[in-house]
Amino acid sequence: MIVLEAVSHDFDGRPVLVEIDLALPERRIGIVGANGSGKSTFARLLNGLVLPKTGRVLVDGTDTRKDVKAIRRKVGFVFQNPDHQIVMPIVGEDLAFGLKARKIPKGEIDSRIDAALARYNLGHLRERPVHLLSGGEKQLVALSAVLVTDPEIVVFDEPTTLLDLRNRNRVAEAIEALPHPTLVVSHDLDLIAGFERVLMIEDGRVAADGLPDEVLPFYRERMQ
Amino acid sequence: MTIGLYHPGHSPLHRASAGAKVLALVAISLVLFLVPSTLVVFLSVPVAFAIYLSTGAPFRQLMAQLRGPAILLGLIFVFHLLFGSIDEGILAVARFATLILLASAVTLSTPISEMAELVEWLLRPLRPLGVNPEKVGLAIALAIRFVPLIAEEFRHIREAQAARGLAANPLALIVPLVIRTLKSADELADAIEARGYER
Amino acid sequence: MTKDVSTRDIVYIALFAALMAAINLVPAIQIGFLPVPITAQTLGVMLAGSLIGAKRGALAILLFVLLVALGLPLLAGGHGGLSVFFGPTAGFIIAWPIGAFVTGWLTELNWRRMNTVWFFVFSAIGGIGIVYLIGIPWLAMVAKLSLWDATKGSMIFVPGDLIKAAVAAVIAETVRRSYPLMQTAR
Repeated sequence: MIVLEAVSHDFDGRPVLVEIDLALPERRIGIVGANGSGKSTFARLLNGLVLPKTGRVLVDGTDTRKDVKAIRRKVGFVFQNPDHQIVMPIVGEDLAFGLKARKIPKGEIDSRIDAALARYNLGHLRERPVHLLSGGEKQLVALSAVLVTDPEIVVFDEPTTLLDLRNRNRVAEAIEALPHPTLVVSHDLDLIAGFERVLMIEDGRVAADGLPDEVLPFYRERMQ
Repeated sequence: MTIGLYHPGHSPLHRASAGAKVLALVAISLVLFLVPSTLVVFLSVPVAFAIYLSTGAPFRQLMAQLRGPAILLGLIFVFHLLFGSIDEGILAVARFATLILLASAVTLSTPISEMAELVEWLLRPLRPLGVNPEKVGLAIALAIRFVPLIAEEFRHIREAQAARGLAANPLALIVPLVIRTLKSADELADAIEARGYER
Repeated sequence: MTKDVSTRDIVYIALFAALMAAINLVPAIQIGFLPVPITAQTLGVMLAGSLIGAKRGALAILLFVLLVALGLPLLAGGHGGLSVFFGPTAGFIIAWPIGAFVTGWLTELNWRRMNTVWFFVFSAIGGIGIVYLIGIPWLAMVAKLSLWDATKGSMIFVPGDLIKAAVAAVIAETVRRSYPLMQTAR
């Protein structure tokens, strides 16, 4: 479970998040908010990419400030643009990248990559150059590269924003089917409509918090 | 990997290791510079050309790759004719021709990944000086990953600028490309950290 | 790459090397009275030094040169591979990282007063001065030309390189104003 205790953050004195207290035990949590509301920073707090200026972020009791390495192992992060996440030129090499960083033996790396690609029927892409994939395939490869490292929690930062409808549906299905506790920052309200909880962030504060049926209509109204 | 000048094949050169090929190339270049014998040089050009052909790449591609160097060597020969001696000119041009043919043959017959492994291996003795071969390997992989991506970005920007009548303006093309690349770099660095890469 | 190169630095270095490759796709400019087209080539050298500093700029160009050596056809006209390093112009290419370092070093030293004029001067010193200082003697040696003949032969490229230094200066100044990089980087 992720817990935020009195978390505030600013960039060069401009406040981005203000005094946030939250406990997030639900399995699937959506986060909405206008551009610049601080929701991307919020997502980056959860795996230690951003460390709060004041307050604490706890993942299963571990402070993100204390052991960033352990936190990154626990919390997988899928970015908006898979092209900024995929590091290696070949699909299989990219899945191996995160595993090598975790010092996993070579034999195991191979079998884990096969298993991770099989999950989304991507096995045939293993030797393919990344730049020849479609946007949806790239996003699924990026997700596979996160899942192959066995995270306990997965955070998504606008995972469907850059995709066409068909690819968006593929990625949405993949997120739907994940057994992991999942946090999804998104403008795609349909994506999080079935979640257990939705947070709305406005000017760095949690402006609404509840079931999607309560928060999303309120959010739609605020965006008019 | 399909990008690059490498041409897949089964010639003897393809079967030789990258290290052996590069070592041989360096050795031959030293010999050619230390032994300025016209005879050696004249034998070496046809032999090098035969080796170049033995890579099995399509003849047209092989010839097209030689056009640039040929023009350059032609210019150098003209310079020798005008300001020096024909003998010297022939010697210099023949030497270049040999080395360019042999080096091209090595490139044609060696996959980029194998060359990159060779570089990482060659850098290993430099570890005590603070050189980290794995980091160099990461940098090579990242750059290879991003060349097609930035080239694609470049095509988009060129289209956008063409719509404004600025397709040939280097400023309008390069400034957006540089800024987008720098922004990508920031996000990519985040992603690499998020994926647990340790320095 | 040395110990003090962070992951973030590696990303900048790799992306700038890739950028230099993409810049070579800029169509060559043909200037009436010049017998050679102006290609982007050394523009990347000047920009790397001006924009990401001496160390990272030099390493980015070194990486680019390494990619060419590995067999990627990244030079103007789709050239590349080991043959480039055994040809007469190898010295110019090997000088590129050093040129980028010098441009970057001068830029860092004078960061507070940088403007288009200084960007032009430092680009010319690194991207033309240093590159020719190494490239011409190398050419003379391997092509068995006299130093004077090699210099004469190289002069046809100077007008084009000066234009590139001017283009690099305008680009560097525009980027400096819209993306304050050097301060955040250090």
